[in-house]
Amino acid sequence: MKLITGIIKPFKLDDVKDALKAIGVTGITVSEVRGFGRQGGHTETYRGAEYQIDFVPKVSLRVVIDDDRADQVVDTIATAAATGKIGDGKIWVTAVERVVRIRTGDEGTDAI
Amino acid sequence: MKLVTAVIKPFKLDDVKDALKAAGIAGITVSEVRGFGRQGGHTETYRGAEYKIDFVPKVSIRVVVAADAVDSVVETIVSSAATGKIGDGKIWVTDVERLVRIRTSEEGADAV
Amino acid sequence: MDSGDTAWVLMSAALVLFMTPGLAFFYAGMVRSKNVLGMLMQNVFAMGLISVIWAIIGFSLAFGGTGSIVGNLDFAWLSGVTDLDGNIPGMAFVAFQMMFAVITPALITGATADRLKFSSYAILIGIWSIVVYAPVARWVFNENGWLFDMGALDFAGGAAIHINAGMAALAVVIVIGNRRGHGHEPMPPHNLPFTMLGTGILWFGWIGFNAGSALAADGVAAQAVVNTHLAAAAGMLGWLAVERIKTGHATTLGAASGAVTGLVAITPCAGFVGGAAPLIIGAIAGIGCFAALGIKAKMNWDDSLDVIAVHLVGGVIGTLLLGFFADASINGDTDGLLFGGGAELLKDQFVAAGAVAAFSFAVTFALAHAIRATVGLRVSPEDERIGLDQSQHAESAYSS
Repeated sequence: MKLITGIIKPFKLDDVKDALKAIGVTGITVSEVRGFGRQGGHTETYRGAEYQIDFVPKVSLRVVIDDDRADQVVDTIATAAATGKIGDGKIWVTAVERVVRIRTGDEGTDAI
Repeated sequence: MKLVTAVIKPFKLDDVKDALKAAGIAGITVSEVRGFGRQGGHTETYRGAEYKIDFVPKVSIRVVVAADAVDSVVETIVSSAATGKIGDGKIWVTDVERLVRIRTSEEGADAV
Repeated sequence: MDSGDTAWVLMSAALVLFMTPGLAFFYAGMVRSKNVLGMLMQNVFAMGLISVIWAIIGFSLAFGGTGSIVGNLDFAWLSGVTDLDGNIPGMAFVAFQMMFAVITPALITGATADRLKFSSYAILIGIWSIVVYAPVARWVFNENGWLFDMGALDFAGGAAIHINAGMAALAVVIVIGNRRGHGHEPMPPHNLPFTMLGTGILWFGWIGFNAGSALAADGVAAQAVVNTHLAAAAGMLGWLAVERIKTGHATTLGAASGAVTGLVAITPCAGFVGGAAPLIIGAIAGIGCFAALGIKAKMNWDDSLDVIAVHLVGGVIGTLLLGFFADASINGDTDGLLFGGGAELLKDQFVAAGAVAAFSFAVTFALAHAIRATVGLRVSPEDERIGLDQSQHAESAYSS
């Protein structure tokens, strides 16, 4: 199994979720994160004092999936999350050595 | 490529960010997490009832880097996040099998 | 006794009471999330502590007897206040003035945010309300007070409340020192929606603060309602105009701040001016207070939430502009410079602003030094890093 992690623009989350559902992905985990990359941050002004805000809000999503579907999931996320503008985010794949479904105790492919 | 994950004290985030930027790291992802470790928690009082708060607020940082840069990134985080007091956090490294930049579809080292 | 007048003053007491929790939210939105309960607590705690002190001794020191500098103990424990019965009961005046006494020291908390120890805060404002607020209220609001007697005008407390609290804030900031990380660590507001909510409550309550000061339900009160509202509106527009030109954006914090500067500046003038004056006074305050934001950086004073720029400078602007805009056809018998009254009133207003500022600064400076030397003013560096919520109150605002 593989763990696929995507860091995307928050407003793209619904598109990505719909695209993953459409290819039969049954579960994803989402969290609000902050990040900086080439997009850089922005400046905010409070009562005349400027603050450089380095971190921009992002959404992180995680999908655990069988080895043979990993590439398809990565490509699906990449397509659905892309706007072509800087700050679209990244996707990476890491190996998962063991997966357990907590309710049933199922392991491996059965647990996905 | 490698994924470096660190859990640090929240007030050290700016120091770590600045140190990583100075070391040429182009992007990181940050999330607010809670954890317990050897530091233990603290006590809060609500209407006379004391609650032991086991989970202490922490910040989690994720950085994807080329394999040959891993050791210097880990050392940079260690030296900028350390206070010498209990609760400084942990860093671990996992292998990344595939990496995609969403905007351009670049893969591998080009996408770091 | 007039039942209409009495009803309006009692209603106004409730409106002014509501301003302190409003101020709490106005400030609490601007601090960092680890200090939000500390800020709310300091403001709400003033409603408890100062009310008790006011009932025991404060009101009597401000309004008892015939002295020109300070009152006496005739009304201690609020005994004998029926002596003050007139068109309204003496007790209605007590209720109304009590809410002023509560909010004035609470204004200081914006300057000392994130670092003032709670126990020391309690000692500071408790003593301050007796040795600074009560005498100044005497000078300005009581017919025997020397500034009142001299002819200086302060309808609802431009000098007695805003200059007074603003100078006290400056004195404490100098003694307590800057927040750790001030100047090199960003400390942006953590919840501007709170600040907007607080602004709405303050604006609403200020209607009672200013128009209640007519102590009657009459034409002067109606004029004060309109003046108060228009000055807030013009203050907001003035601040936003300058902000938009200088920084490129009209911000929510700017709208909130500008409205409050207009309210501060109209406070001394509310029942003495009419026509276009509230618009001019509000706009000058919005622009002038925005310009005054730079003072703290130049002087390296960590006046964290701009009590000096908003309350001290706004109070001075309003107190002095009254010397120009006072209109005897609206109320009273003194005309300002622009209404043919000459420079006499303006001179009196200068004296009032200067005397209140000097007295408040000197006494507060000495008081803050005395507290620092005995029980300390500041939390420990470790407690400051953790934040006031956990270190002072063992609570978190946003625990899950």
